[in-house]
Amino acid sequence: MERSPPQQTLAGRLAILGTLGALAFSVSAVAQQELDHAKADAEFAKFRAEMEDSNPAELFELKGEELWKAKRGPKNVSLAESCDVGLGVGKLEGAYVINPRYYPDADKVMDVERRIVWCMTEKQGFKFGDIAKKPFASGNYTPEVTSLVTFVAGHSRNMKFAAPIKDPKVREVYEIGKEITAYRAGPYDFSCNTCHGSDGKRIRMQNLPNLSTPEGSLKGVMGWPGYRMTGGVMLTSQWRMNDCFRQQRFPEPKYVSDTVTALLTYMTVNANGYTYKGPGIKR
Amino acid sequence: MTKTTILAALLATPALLGSSIVLADATHRTKAIETIKRDFQPRGQADLDRLAEDGVQAICNRTGNNPSGDIVKTLEADQLAGVKYPADNKLMGDWKAGEKLAQSGRGFTWSDKPGLPVGGNCYNCHQISPKETAYGTVGPSLLHYGKLRGNTPEMQKYTFNKIFNSKAYNLCSDMPRFGHAGALKPEQIKDLVALLLDPESPVNK
Repeated sequence: MERSPPQQTLAGRLAILGTLGALAFSVSAVAQQELDHAKADAEFAKFRAEMEDSNPAELFELKGEELWKAKRGPKNVSLAESCDVGLGVGKLEGAYVINPRYYPDADKVMDVERRIVWCMTEKQGFKFGDIAKKPFASGNYTPEVTSLVTFVAGHSRNMKFAAPIKDPKVREVYEIGKEITAYRAGPYDFSCNTCHGSDGKRIRMQNLPNLSTPEGSLKGVMGWPGYRMTGGVMLTSQWRMNDCFRQQRFPEPKYVSDTVTALLTYMTVNANGYTYKGPGIKR
Repeated sequence: MTKTTILAALLATPALLGSSIVLADATHRTKAIETIKRDFQPRGQADLDRLAEDGVQAICNRTGNNPSGDIVKTLEADQLAGVKYPADNKLMGDWKAGEKLAQSGRGFTWSDKPGLPVGGNCYNCHQISPKETAYGTVGPSLLHYGKLRGNTPEMQKYTFNKIFNSKAYNLCSDMPRFGHAGALKPEQIKDLVALLLDPESPVNK
C-alpha cells in the first residue's frame, strides 16, 4: 500500500518530476547508449545465471559420459580405458585446464578436442575423414566429439587454467599462435587483432575481448564448450575459432589443425591462473 | 591480383630486405605463416588465395602495422592511384541509399552467397547516424562528419578515396579497402559519401 508523505503536495510531486526530467535530459546521448549496452549485458548475465541452474551443457556431459565409457570403434575399446587427456589414461579431474599440452605419443601439442579425436582414430580405430566430415553441431545434430569434449571439460569446473607454458614445445606453439593473431590477409585485410587487439572495442553491440590481455583471453576460452542460445546447439572452442576465421573472410581452417591449437594455446596460456567455470551458455 | 597489388608486392620486398626494421619475432612469424598455409581448405567463395599477403599486408605484417621510411609514402600513393571514380565523376550520391548500405554487414564470408552486392559494414565499426545506436567502436565516430568538415569538392574526394582505399592515407589502417577489394562499386561509395557529407543526411543534423 502506498502512502504519500504529508509534505508531498501536487506542486511537490511536479517539482520532483521536473527534477527527474532534467536529470534524464542531462544524460548525454552517448552516456545513454553506454547505459543501454551495460543494461543489455547485465540482462544477459542474469539470464545466464538463471539458466545455469539447469545448465543445458549438462545434457551433453551425460551423453559424453556414455560415449567415453562405451567400447566403440573398429578396435572395440573405450576411451576410458585407452585415452590420456593429460593426466594419464582415463583420468579426467582437472585435465581440461592443463591443455593444450604436448603429447609425446602424438609428438604434437594438442587441445582437448584434438586429443579426443586423436584417441578415437589411434585407439578406437575410427577414420579421421569420417569424424572431420561434420565436426560441429547444427540443427538437431551434435557430433560425438562435442559431447565428449563437454564431458571432459565438466571435470575441470571451477579449476584454474594451467596450460604448461614452461614446456618449450608449448612455448613454441604459443609464440606461433601469437603471430597468427597478428597475420593480416584476405579481402578485408583483417587479422585476429584487427578486432581483438585493443581494449574497449565493439562490433555493433558486441564487446570484443582484447586477446593480448589475461582478462580478454579468459573471455575467449571461458564458457566453451558452450550451449549457444543462437541456434540452440552445443559448440566447442574449435568451432569458435572456425567461426572467427569465417568472419575474418578467410578460408576454413582444417578441423583440429595446428593453427587452431596454436590460437587456443595462446589464449589459454594468457588466461592461466584464472578460474574455468566449466561448460556453459553463450549468447 | 590487380596491377596495383603486384606493384605493391614488388615494391615492398626489396624495401623490407634493405630496411633496418628490427624484426622482433621473424622466426615465429615465418612458422606462423607456414602453419597457416598448411592448415586451411577452400570453402564457399573463400579460396586459399585469400591467405596470401599483398604488398601492403606484407609490410604491415612485418612492422607491427607501423612501417616507416619513404616506402610508406610510395605505397600510399600507389594505393591512391588505383582509386576508380563513378562514370559521371560526381562523388555525392543518395544518402538514403548510403544509410541502407552502411547498415549491412554481409558479404565475402564463406557462408555468404558469392557475388555482389555486399554490405558496407560501416555500422559494425563506426557511429554514423544518431538514429542508429547499435554501432561498433573499432573505428572513430563519424557523427557530424560533414557538419564538422564541410562538403567541399576536396572533402568529397578525400572521403571517397578513404572508403575506396583506406590505405591510400594510412598504409596499415584497420579499415578494409572496400573499392580496391571489389566489395563496393564507385556508385555505391558515392552514396556512402553522401551519407557522411550531405547536409540533409541525419549524420549532419
